[in-house]
Amino acid sequence: MPRNKDIRKVLVIGSGPIVIGQAAEFDYAGTQACRSLKEEGIEVVLLNSNPATIMTDKDIADHVYIEPLTVEVVEQLILKEKPDSVLPTLGGQAGLNLAMELEEKGFLKEHNVRLIGTTAETIRKAEDRQEFKDTMEKIGEPVAPSKVVISVEEGLAFTSTIGYPVVLRPAYTLGGSGGGIASNEYELREILENGLRLSRVGEVLVERCIAGWKEIEYEVMRDSAGNCITVCNMENIDPVGVHTGDSIVVAPSQTLGDKEYQMLRTSALNIITELGIAGGCNVQYALHPESFEYCVIEVNPRVSRSSALASKATGYPIAKVSAKIALGYTLDEIPNAITGKTYASFEPMLDYCVVKIPRLPFDKFITAKRTLTTQMKATGEVMSICSSFEGALMKAIRSLEQHVDSLMSYDFSHLDNEELLEELRVVDDRRIWKIAEAIRRKISQYTLHEMTKIDLWFIDKIAVLVEMEEALKTRELDRELLLEAKRLEFPDSVIARLAGKTEAEIKGLRGEFGITAAYKMVDTCAAEFAAQTPYYYSVYGDGETENEAIADTGRKKILVLGSGPIRIGQGIEFDFCSVHCTWAFAKEGYETIIVNNNPETVSTDFDIADKLYFEPLTPEDVENIVNIEKPDGAVVQFGGQTAIKLTQDLLKMGVKILGTSAKDVDAAEDRELFDEVLEQCGIPRPKGHTVYTAQEAKEAAGELGYPVLVRPSYVLGGQGMRIAVSDEDVDEYIGLINQIAQEHPILVDKYLMGKEIEVDAVCDGEDILIPGIMEHIERAGIHSGDSISVYPAQTISARTKATIAEYTRLLARALHVVGMINIQFIVHNEEVYVIEVNPRSSRTVPYISKVTGIPIVPLATKVILGYRLRDLGYTPGLQPEAKHFAIKMPVFSFEKIRDADISLGPEMKSTGECLGIAETFNEALYKAFLGAGIRLPKYKQMIITVKDEDKEDIIPIARRFQALGYRIFATRSTARVLKENGIRAIRTNKLEQPAPNLMDLILGHKIDVVIDTPPQGIEHQKDGFLIRRSAIETGVNVLTSLDTAEALVTSLENTDLHNLTLIDIADIDNR
Amino acid sequence: MKAFLILEDGHVFTGTSIGSAREVISEIVFNTSMTGYLEVMTDPSYAGQAVCMTYPLIGNYGICYDDQESRKPWIDGFIVRELSRVPSNFRSVDTIQHFLSRYDIPGIAGIDTRALTKILREKGTMNGMITVNENYDLDTILPELKAYTVRGVVEKVTCREREILKGDGPRVALLDLGAKRNIARSLNQRGCQVTVYPAWTPAEEILREKPDGIMLSNGPGDPSDCGSVIREIRRLYESDVPIFAICLGHQLMALAAGGETYKMKYGHRGGNHPVKDLSTGRVYISSQNHGYVVDARILEEKNIAHPAFVNVNDGTNEGMSYVGKNIFTVQFHPEACPGPEDSAFLFDRFLHMMGGDR
Repeated sequence: MPRNKDIRKVLVIGSGPIVIGQAAEFDYAGTQACRSLKEEGIEVVLLNSNPATIMTDKDIADHVYIEPLTVEVVEQLILKEKPDSVLPTLGGQAGLNLAMELEEKGFLKEHNVRLIGTTAETIRKAEDRQEFKDTMEKIGEPVAPSKVVISVEEGLAFTSTIGYPVVLRPAYTLGGSGGGIASNEYELREILENGLRLSRVGEVLVERCIAGWKEIEYEVMRDSAGNCITVCNMENIDPVGVHTGDSIVVAPSQTLGDKEYQMLRTSALNIITELGIAGGCNVQYALHPESFEYCVIEVNPRVSRSSALASKATGYPIAKVSAKIALGYTLDEIPNAITGKTYASFEPMLDYCVVKIPRLPFDKFITAKRTLTTQMKATGEVMSICSSFEGALMKAIRSLEQHVDSLMSYDFSHLDNEELLEELRVVDDRRIWKIAEAIRRKISQYTLHEMTKIDLWFIDKIAVLVEMEEALKTRELDRELLLEAKRLEFPDSVIARLAGKTEAEIKGLRGEFGITAAYKMVDTCAAEFAAQTPYYYSVYGDGETENEAIADTGRKKILVLGSGPIRIGQGIEFDFCSVHCTWAFAKEGYETIIVNNNPETVSTDFDIADKLYFEPLTPEDVENIVNIEKPDGAVVQFGGQTAIKLTQDLLKMGVKILGTSAKDVDAAEDRELFDEVLEQCGIPRPKGHTVYTAQEAKEAAGELGYPVLVRPSYVLGGQGMRIAVSDEDVDEYIGLINQIAQEHPILVDKYLMGKEIEVDAVCDGEDILIPGIMEHIERAGIHSGDSISVYPAQTISARTKATIAEYTRLLARALHVVGMINIQFIVHNEEVYVIEVNPRSSRTVPYISKVTGIPIVPLATKVILGYRLRDLGYTPGLQPEAKHFAIKMPVFSFEKIRDADISLGPEMKSTGECLGIAETFNEALYKAFLGAGIRLPKYKQMIITVKDEDKEDIIPIARRFQALGYRIFATRSTARVLKENGIRAIRTNKLEQPAPNLMDLILGHKIDVVIDTPPQGIEHQKDGFLIRRSAIETGVNVLTSLDTAEALVTSLENTDLHNLTLIDIADIDNR
Repeated sequence: MKAFLILEDGHVFTGTSIGSAREVISEIVFNTSMTGYLEVMTDPSYAGQAVCMTYPLIGNYGICYDDQESRKPWIDGFIVRELSRVPSNFRSVDTIQHFLSRYDIPGIAGIDTRALTKILREKGTMNGMITVNENYDLDTILPELKAYTVRGVVEKVTCREREILKGDGPRVALLDLGAKRNIARSLNQRGCQVTVYPAWTPAEEILREKPDGIMLSNGPGDPSDCGSVIREIRRLYESDVPIFAICLGHQLMALAAGGETYKMKYGHRGGNHPVKDLSTGRVYISSQNHGYVVDARILEEKNIAHPAFVNVNDGTNEGMSYVGKNIFTVQFHPEACPGPEDSAFLFDRFLHMMGGDR
């Protein structure tokens, strides 16, 4: 069927801020879909509240709205832009839910807008628990015995008929939010209560527990003519019980015979056919490990994290093909972009093995439980490709960017066997390391299988790796052994450690033995057809192994290093920068080469760069690529910390670093060098010292006076950064910091409680361009990524702005910046201090680019290539301020991570961000809160408990809440202060006191917001932690900074805004 | 032990010997299925061929003898990237290593199977030798390889005597040209009583039993080598008995009806080939294993038969419908094993042709 010509203008809904369970994969899917629609000449209107995404760029869609994802906004947008169709299946669960609400309301019908791709009826059949169950029963597809319940009592009654354990799955939530496995009544009550609240429709599925079964997924595609195919199947190494997003996953399945493979494949096709899906769909199965019995766990009638993974694992662009299907094409009409010869109506065949490992945030949330359950906790993931499973696993491990490079990286050797077995019962992110340790202890593989239910095949593969560790330790490192170690993807550094040699010696031996990396192509067809798309992975081999990556000569060549897995502190923003930089180089006639390992991102789409190497970002892996490609240069300033870390190694490989020189990058990071630069320029900074020990730190703090800011140099997202108010704090912090390997010294600075200002700028070596000045709502002390950021800056004087612009210019010049620079300032008593300079791209670049209309990354790229800002049509200096206000609001995923402390501080904790943009400050603020999911008021009741230093400042805020009609509950001393100032605060008992106390109020679900400012320094008081956790887990908003609270009350004073102004980002050009 | 794979174009791959250490010369083909290695090894259509699996990890789920597609493996040799050292599956009763040794099948592991596949793709299917002799002499081996041809494979693989699978539905005569078990099983599961005949059975003997339908199976080798079988099939063609044919059966029917076949560059072997049903426009993913293909044009010009299915990737013929006859033939494998079960409905269509669908 050719394309439906009635479709001319399509609204694509994105997925909003990055939260756990809904990450960059939807930017990838959405971007691919938009490009695919535009290719067909369709006018694309895009809505997404997340300014860090690539899809919200004017290059991707014709009209771009970075607005809150609410029904009201979509309705208004449809009235304004008048699209004829809405494509809802590419924006994850958020987009799907919105489209369903509009459809159910009859709004779409009323305005003649159709849902394209999958129909509302199909979505209901797949998403509504009961309808799904009925549909499966109708076609004879087994599901675990289950019941949808709407109350705890009903859940208990049903469970008594099927027995514990049971799995609980709330309807319509992200990443299994609020779900879990209950083994007894106590757990059932706790999880069910939470799940009922989190579900959009107040429903939870209670289901027979099939934990321990194999978890298998199929990605399937269907067109409207009924043709269907499977793109890929995947096997979770972690059996059912761990969310697939938190599981180590292998593609294709490894332990299924053809009989099981085809049985589930046929089932998946039957399901997609019965549901009538047009587009991509994901079906998850539990397969009994010792029979053909299986259950359908879940069907996602849309693109998903798994489909992004399947697309990257196979080269089959699911989102792109889904978009074409939505337009009416059939699979046999859509060409396979990789081969150019075949069509989308075929099934990819892999001739390699793919391993995905989730990236979990426990390095950021050190108090959190590491346990993995059906509630997803990962913020991102890495993927690797190799011809062996062991190799793929090893490559994925070293791609994680969490100080792991082998199965020896977590040390369990201090445990005795019994303790180790006890540890193995705990399902957490270190399980494969524990298994490796158990194998070292000669604990039988069968025992390990019995305990973990992980298939023996995978356990044996871990054993292969452990045996290699032993061989490297004990055997002579001859050619055969080294070749085998490299085939298993042991990095040179690990081999060196085990064999008692240096890394250089290993590299030398490899050269001598002729063991080199060769690159193979991902071609969708196992080499059956010649492929045109250069998408590569490496295998180590001897001279006989064919290398398919042939360096092209002719054009100049640029190596762009990606940013690895999405993790707190290094989000999708850096992918935005990498992709734009790649496009900018391509426009300048360069051949572009991307190296990255994140399957969720746009940068790893095979048609972004001229060549894609899906590889770990370690020096060894990058060097192998450099040896083949011999690039003319590399850019590291766009890939965040991951890329920056490789600078020295690239220089050693003889690769020219384009833009700011490595020496100058060092000058910004090295305290002493940086102090010299500041002194030269006459720019003040908070006083501070560089120290190495706790004793020195305390001496420094004594001299500076508390509070002080303690942090390691070379930090990412404020990792290990703390405010200390006493010597005890210093001792404790240094202890914490030292848990992570420290090669760099520790900085102790005087902590100034001022306004925090942030600037991103482009410098051509001479002139500088500052798109705008951003001001943080929260005072210094809260990580910039966790602060609400306002453009243009509101509360600082013109003189201060001029000073900031001047300091930026001076610093950029002094550091010889060519390209991007990011500077953070503190304005304290009208003085401007510099607190941090990063001569690279930052988290705020996408945001400031979009709200000013100044394409910073392409500009920086051109500048790196030698263009002058003046020649590019820009007037140097601070650009004129916009007429509108744009507020970037951090978004957190605290409810997903049990036991994580949510109080904000210098260490970053947010997972994503959203934007509020409007013609007035108040509306922008309102939209920002709305976009972050804070929709108040509901019950008009709140709790206030603040530390003594804040008691004065809370009074006006409390008064304003009261004026809005809020009932204020407060703890004793806070209540007293409020009452003394004429505010009707209701004194409430603390936790240990009799009911009704604070906890009862929170668990009663009648509280809108808790304002709780914890005392600075380490929180010794457990109460506050408990209050904040309970509040978060019951869906109550918690604010830990008075500045945020003030912003919130301001926004609530303006909720009468009914007609929101919608601003098309594509129209902004603020130069 | 080291093993070598020597191709007739002079390429030599060095790997590790698996299975038997016997030296073998064979036609080298590749199969892209990611599962179903046992089904591939025991598919009689592979007689006279050494198979290279493009999926690198083979043997993961061991050997389950129930999954054999015939009484024994027929491949001449087995070429893999890596054999699993432990099998893991609840049905596995043997390891692939032992299976190869038991049937004296030589093989080679640890070679760059992707590079081999690309050679076969670029230069076409060719002959090769698997040997453990380190002192091989290319000057004597290469002419030998070039001269090698496969003959008489159908006679080798077909059953020795008639076999009956009881059923109370239509009575189907299955001419075993190297049939995969699942063909008879698929019919039998649909209630058919299936009588399996050796390939050399005269048409008259089959027709004498007055079957409700005749099924021509898959099988190995060059269809034009099967002169005597073709003559018998011509007689079946002339009868009014409904006929359904798969793969070699499809090719032989074309030849019997006056058509032609030709050898493809490197054939179709795998479980992902899209075939389009020309009567409905629907596309099905099919299991395939063939090196020869029917030239549909000739039969079409003569108005003897019309294409019923076509390969979406390369446009080659995938099925014929015979004019004025109750005969329907396909190049791909609706019986799957290994591969997708999407086209199993064709057996129902055959039942319908016999008037026996329920």
